[in-house]
Amino acid sequence: MIPEFGHFALILALGLALIQASVPLLGAAGQRADLMALARPMAVGQFVFVAAAFVVLAHAFYVDDFSVRYVALNSNTALPTPYKIAAVWGSHEGSLLLWILILAGWTLGVASASRGLPETFAARVLGILGLVSVGMLLFTLLTSNPFDRVFPPPVDGNDLNPLLQDPGLVIHPPMLYMGYVGLSVPFAFSVAALMTGRLSSAWARWTRPWTVGAWVFLTVGIALGSWWAYYELGWGGWWFWDPVENASFMPWLAATALIHSLAVTERRGIFKSWTLLLAIAAFTLSLLGTFLVRSGILVSVHAFASDPARGLFILLLLSAISGGALLLYAVRARRFRDEGGFRPISRESFLLINNVLLIAATAVVLLGTLYPLFSDALGFGKPSVGPPYFNIAFLIPMLPLAALVGMGMHAYWQKMSASVLLRRLRVPAGAALVLGVALPWLLFGGAGLMTTVGVIAGCWLVLSSLLDPIVRAVRNRSAPRPLPRAQWGMILAHLGVGVFILGVTVVSSYSIETDAAAVPGDRREVGGYEFIFRGTRDVQGPNYQAVEGEFEVRRDGRLVTVLAPQKRIYRVQQSPMTETAIDAGWRRDLLVALGDPLGDGAWSLRVQYRPLIRFIWLGALIMAVGGLVALSDPRYRQERVRRTVPGKTPRTAEVG
Amino acid sequence: MWRYLVPVSIFAVLAAFFYRGLSLNPGYVPSPLLGKPAPEFELPRLKDPAATMGSRDLDGQVALLNVWATWCVGCRQEHGFLVDLAESGGIPIYGLNWKDDRQTALNWLTDLGDPYVASAFDELGEVAIDWGVYGAPETFLLARDGTVLHKHIAPLDEEIWARDFLPRIAEQCGSLPCPLETGE
Repeated sequence: MIPEFGHFALILALGLALIQASVPLLGAAGQRADLMALARPMAVGQFVFVAAAFVVLAHAFYVDDFSVRYVALNSNTALPTPYKIAAVWGSHEGSLLLWILILAGWTLGVASASRGLPETFAARVLGILGLVSVGMLLFTLLTSNPFDRVFPPPVDGNDLNPLLQDPGLVIHPPMLYMGYVGLSVPFAFSVAALMTGRLSSAWARWTRPWTVGAWVFLTVGIALGSWWAYYELGWGGWWFWDPVENASFMPWLAATALIHSLAVTERRGIFKSWTLLLAIAAFTLSLLGTFLVRSGILVSVHAFASDPARGLFILLLLSAISGGALLLYAVRARRFRDEGGFRPISRESFLLINNVLLIAATAVVLLGTLYPLFSDALGFGKPSVGPPYFNIAFLIPMLPLAALVGMGMHAYWQKMSASVLLRRLRVPAGAALVLGVALPWLLFGGAGLMTTVGVIAGCWLVLSSLLDPIVRAVRNRSAPRPLPRAQWGMILAHLGVGVFILGVTVVSSYSIETDAAAVPGDRREVGGYEFIFRGTRDVQGPNYQAVEGEFEVRRDGRLVTVLAPQKRIYRVQQSPMTETAIDAGWRRDLLVALGDPLGDGAWSLRVQYRPLIRFIWLGALIMAVGGLVALSDPRYRQERVRRTVPGKTPRTAEVG
Repeated sequence: MWRYLVPVSIFAVLAAFFYRGLSLNPGYVPSPLLGKPAPEFELPRLKDPAATMGSRDLDGQVALLNVWATWCVGCRQEHGFLVDLAESGGIPIYGLNWKDDRQTALNWLTDLGDPYVASAFDELGEVAIDWGVYGAPETFLLARDGTVLHKHIAPLDEEIWARDFLPRIAEQCGSLPCPLETGE
């Protein structure tokens, strides 16, 4: 009976979502306070029922209720309990439920934090979030009910896909979905503003923290996914330009652009219609990702089992939500007049170029991801687009962006003389040039052109980000006025980009990968380390059997570590899995993976040396911390207390 | 103003492509060998390790090369069809026994029937790599001159045979059985 309660709770949630999506919007149109007041209770009730459904599904996994088809297909009595819970979002139906739960959570957050918003505006925002929720709940209930029963119930379940039995996968999807779905909030703010026909700097100030919050989750989620792919897929790569990775990266790029254009709209009252469009685009790209992953329209290692009926449903949903918003934009956008202009050399200009380059990068990724589909649909065959395209095409907008970020950070609003800007940046630019040329030679004994360019770009970003704090610390030792938190956030986020670029450059320039056959006792030198193959033994896991290799790693004769890569066979699905053994360090990672047995104790092996690879995820982490610091800036909270009406508030004086 | 219509227009074009894409199968990859000479190979025979089977055996006939293995469920599914096809005598079927155990494979042929003129024993899968095999069963249709006419991935059955194989065979030799190439 319990699973039926879950199903019932979802139906009730749909009922509440329908009310939330209609009544407050009608109330806002007719200025009826009683109707608008319904939005918040509906949001609360919806969250309660969706959470109940989610708990019911988790419970079915916990007690091994294999009469529920979804549980039977994705769990097993031998599956360790944490993975049973993570298996809730291990496949299509459950992950959709997680998506809906997270949407209900963000909606609840907006409902409770919206007291400072004008009532009409809050009602519209919640109504739009309700509309999105209606669509997703209908999708679940009509095509992907996780509570469907199977009769007779199987004795044991089919087990969770072994690739997903990993701590990284326990937290990666919830983080990613928090980011994806969080972008629905700026989307709803944007559509509400289009409905109202007015947009003030207060609007931008409300929208910013939500956008930054979603962006932080998205950043962490993507980094976790990359980290997982790195150690679990066992190929030693950290980004594969797989369609599903791209699907998460495109909203990130758009959200990054949105954060920057919101800054301009808030401070200067310009870029209004562009900001509105970006907010719609960011969430559209999120939904697009959902569509690409679940429709089977592209070939990907991550794709869910696909079903054309589901694909059609999401496509209709995408068209209704995004198409509707873009149509509204087409009709209303011209009403949003910019207040004043700016000079060619100013913070605004740099942010404008930033936006152009980020959107160009998004377009590059979108084109590469969808190209196989375009080509197939037009009958031109089935090309596959891979890293050779992306690595080069992506750099074209990104290199100038890296150069300009360092300048833009130090440009004043409205206007600035080029000579002042150049004078400020002389030292970091010179230092970056020297370091960029010298460091690769000192540390790695040589560098190609692209490596040098990459290291210069990374150093430049790091140094130009840290310029303000350093100058303040040096010049103004007697209690300098502290930098605002928002500015610290920006400094950290850009510092993170610099660290990330350094990591990417060094990893792609100086990694060593070797494939070899070895028998026990063989020695092999890779990247200055000696790997000694000691042999293999059999190991029993809870739901798998494995062969485990033993490798001593020595440097100058001293033992560094012992690595034990495994080759696992999961009993239920009989799928082989390669567990790469990694010795992680700030300076380098060492990886050993077992390939196939070659007979007589010999194995094919892959041994890798990857310098500075940790900088890639460290950079992402610093960016995310930057986002959190910016979020903690008190001005976002002050705004909630002050009751303001969009369009009627005079722009408040800005600090910094 | 028209420029505000640009985003929604781009979106409409994308949506149209997505709609079309729903009825396409992105997983289907045509073999790069189509229309090209099949890769040369020579391997020990399954039934007689001392003898070899290879491109020379296939030369001069319109023939099938079927990649199979005892660990492959799809192969078991199509096996009955292959036996029937062999009995009808229309076309010689050659086997490529892939990454298998010799004794298990021989037992399988004894138990289920042997539709193959001969099977090559590709224990390490080296020939299969040359042929671009990434799963079993796969069936190649070869012309007299050794050109790959068609490749089918997944189990064969009557319907697929009639739809994908017969028309191509008819182009080569009118009707089955195909006469052997003469005049050597």
